[in-house]
Amino acid sequence: MAILSVDNLSLSFGGLSVLNDISFSVNPGEIFAIIGPNGAGKTSILNCIGGFYKPSAGRISFDGKDITRTSPDRRAARGLARTFQNIALFRGMTVLDNIKLGAHAHLKTGLLRALAYWGPAHREEMTLREQVEQDVIDFLEIEAIRKQAVGSLAYGLQKRVELARALAMHPKVLLMDEPVAGMNAEETEDMARFVLDIQEERDITVVLIEHDMNVIMDISDRVMVVNFGQKIAEGTPDEVQSHPEVIKAYLGQKKD
Amino acid sequence: MDILAQLIVSGIAVGGVYALIALGFVVIYKATSIINFATGEFMMIGAYFFYTFLVMVGMPPIPSFLMVMLCSAMLGLFIERAILRHMLGQPTISIVMVTIGLSSILMGLAEMIWSTDFKNFPPLFPRAPIILGDIIIRSNLFWGFIVAMLAVAAFALLFKYAKVGVAMRATAGDQMAAFSMGINVRTMFTVAWSLGAIAAALGGVIIGNIGGIQPTLGNIGLKIFPVVILGGLDSIAGAVVGGFIVGLVENIAGGYLDPYVGGGVKDLAPFVVLVLILLIKPYGLFGKEDIERL
Amino acid sequence: MRIGDYKESYSADEAVFRTGTVRVWMLLLFVAMAVFPFWAGPYLLYMANLTGVAIIAAVGLNILTGAAGQISLGHAAFVGIGAYTAAILTTRLGLPFLICLPLSGISAAFFGMIVGAPSMRMKGLYLCIATLAAQMIFEFIFVHWTSVTGGIRGINVPTASIFGISFDTEFKMYFITVPIMVIAVSAARNLFRTRVGRAFIAIRDRDISAELMGINLFQYKLYAFATSSFFAGVAGCLQVYILKIVTPEHFPLHESVRYLAMIIVGGLGSVLGSIFGAIFMTCVPEALQSLLSLFQGIDDKIMSYLYPLQTVVFGMLIVVFLVFEPHGLAEMWRRLKDYFRLWPFEH
Repeated sequence: MAILSVDNLSLSFGGLSVLNDISFSVNPGEIFAIIGPNGAGKTSILNCIGGFYKPSAGRISFDGKDITRTSPDRRAARGLARTFQNIALFRGMTVLDNIKLGAHAHLKTGLLRALAYWGPAHREEMTLREQVEQDVIDFLEIEAIRKQAVGSLAYGLQKRVELARALAMHPKVLLMDEPVAGMNAEETEDMARFVLDIQEERDITVVLIEHDMNVIMDISDRVMVVNFGQKIAEGTPDEVQSHPEVIKAYLGQKKD
Repeated sequence: MDILAQLIVSGIAVGGVYALIALGFVVIYKATSIINFATGEFMMIGAYFFYTFLVMVGMPPIPSFLMVMLCSAMLGLFIERAILRHMLGQPTISIVMVTIGLSSILMGLAEMIWSTDFKNFPPLFPRAPIILGDIIIRSNLFWGFIVAMLAVAAFALLFKYAKVGVAMRATAGDQMAAFSMGINVRTMFTVAWSLGAIAAALGGVIIGNIGGIQPTLGNIGLKIFPVVILGGLDSIAGAVVGGFIVGLVENIAGGYLDPYVGGGVKDLAPFVVLVLILLIKPYGLFGKEDIERL
Repeated sequence: MRIGDYKESYSADEAVFRTGTVRVWMLLLFVAMAVFPFWAGPYLLYMANLTGVAIIAAVGLNILTGAAGQISLGHAAFVGIGAYTAAILTTRLGLPFLICLPLSGISAAFFGMIVGAPSMRMKGLYLCIATLAAQMIFEFIFVHWTSVTGGIRGINVPTASIFGISFDTEFKMYFITVPIMVIAVSAARNLFRTRVGRAFIAIRDRDISAELMGINLFQYKLYAFATSSFFAGVAGCLQVYILKIVTPEHFPLHESVRYLAMIIVGGLGSVLGSIFGAIFMTCVPEALQSLLSLFQGIDDKIMSYLYPLQTVVFGMLIVVFLVFEPHGLAEMWRRLKDYFRLWPFEH
């Protein structure tokens, strides 16, 4: 039984077709990669799954339920987390607060209890702090920067904090948009290791978009290739690599 | 029926003047994305400039008018250079507040320079009202409308055909692209502020000629918000259409409802219309919703 | 001088007053606030009461505009709604002060949510202009719904009384205003230690990713409007009992601008900044006026130049802070503290 399945997904803005009849399903616990040339519609697929774009046709189901019409915040609460291509941290907050924000949907404090603080709100915050420290901050090795403003951090660290925020959401499926883009070799290796650890130790299914083929081939279980908004191949990394359509898409059509 | 026709005609006449003042707002917004809460004060200061040259210096009306344009352009230029240039890239709230602060400064300065006394221009046009069938239009309102329309037309032509107008439209479309095409974006900002100040000042002269001037004249500037929301914040044609609609709405609503609630409807009605429009179209009547990306 | 920052529990690490030094200073501040009324005369107490009201309103506005990023040009209208609610409930229904106070807040919060509901679909400038319209509409209602609001003459309000004690002097009112102010400030501070406050800031920084993190934008924007106007309503109620009268003149657009100026000058999004800003923007104009009144009678002509100076200074303060210190007095205070933290061994 797939944890995430996308059936006949189409998306268009005005008359412009962005995605055309895309279907795929992701099995629990696997790392599923989406690759394709720039502008192929990869990020749009994640945006449809996350609920930021409303598909013009098709159906998305997650964890056994149809979520096509569910609002983005409810999808997040059900266990869909996301990291972004261009880092989307909250710049007015510290690293710690950014991570705590990820846990938002799992907390209960309402407006009135927040204003009063002492009592339930305080207890909840302290439990949260402990959880976040153990599950996320230790795991991603960012103890030293927890009190810093996110804006002052180096690019690679910001990406790591974004991953931390996503983990604090306790996701079932983690959508990652180009997690290693712009990173140096060492940072890339760290990030790849974290993704594997997340999958293996925490049973989190990962759907990722990436341009770095080495990373894709190393860590993903299955790969889907899209071009011009259409799915052109799916399979294991090896299968995909030798698929004629894929070679055509990446190298261009050979002139006869 | 006569009353309605009368209200419609004077509504259109006032609306034309609002259109001109709104143009002063739109020009600045279009080129710089700054929402200028001091438009009303630019208008008020323009009226005082005119008073100064016409009455205090004793110049004839047309040269006074030209001097108003010159002085307002310099005022706009100075304000852009001295204050708004430092605000590039700041959040909306800061930019809104800086122009609000500016409006307070300009109002205070006007009180210091010209005192709070109510002032009138000497008659500029023949006093006899204009009579169209059963409808009577006050002479100053009629001529004000004519002048405003001429000014609006002049601005429209400037934007469409003059080199500086084309460069400004390019800047409004895409600042980086305009910059790479060799347009000096900073100069365009200055030009926009000068032109915006001129448009508002001309509107101020006309309004002052209709109803007299005092430092609180700038409060009329608040009415440009319904105008520009109706017309879209960055559309010149929209400002004209919005101006007419607001002029009509406030005149008709004021004419029919004022007796029941004891006045004030004229100032309120445009805002009620504004709220209704925003409820239905949150980005204004002609505004475009940006497609956001992640 | 304090060195090191060593904590043994997360609770201690997240406390508001994190070190012994800070706690001592806070204690001194509270003592000073308690002693102040016995030392100050009626005029200073009157100013202190008005400042207290301004702090409550400014803290409220900073939650909405500074933290949640929703610009409001209608804050004075919500203070007004609170004020009229209190005045009407007291004079028509004879309700006691302690019941009027929360009801004023609730009624302002109710109208705040009505104004805030469309904010889900509006952003930035459009919302700002919509709140301007709300300000104009409420102002019109205050002036023209004479049968309820008393029109431009307003409503005279009797003195507040709690359990038979009549709070008929500035001295006595101080002991109502200041404790409520302290409660309001603490509540706002608490808010930002929980998920609600974090959600507000997330919405301000990046509303789209906030939604993808599981925050219901509509719910939290409404929360922000409701909280902000509740604070405004409470401030309005206190203002009525301090001034003993409510008229539409107390809540013009300029007053909304004044509240915005407080949070700009104090520091956007900072509770401490709201306090600094409210004190600054209440006391500086007043000080200027007292200064100007020294010239009164010497030369009327000079006065006609000096009086508008207040308007100019008001505008200058806003512009100068935005250009030179966009993070306001709170930031200046932080730098000052950093300087003295290791003083006199700063090297």
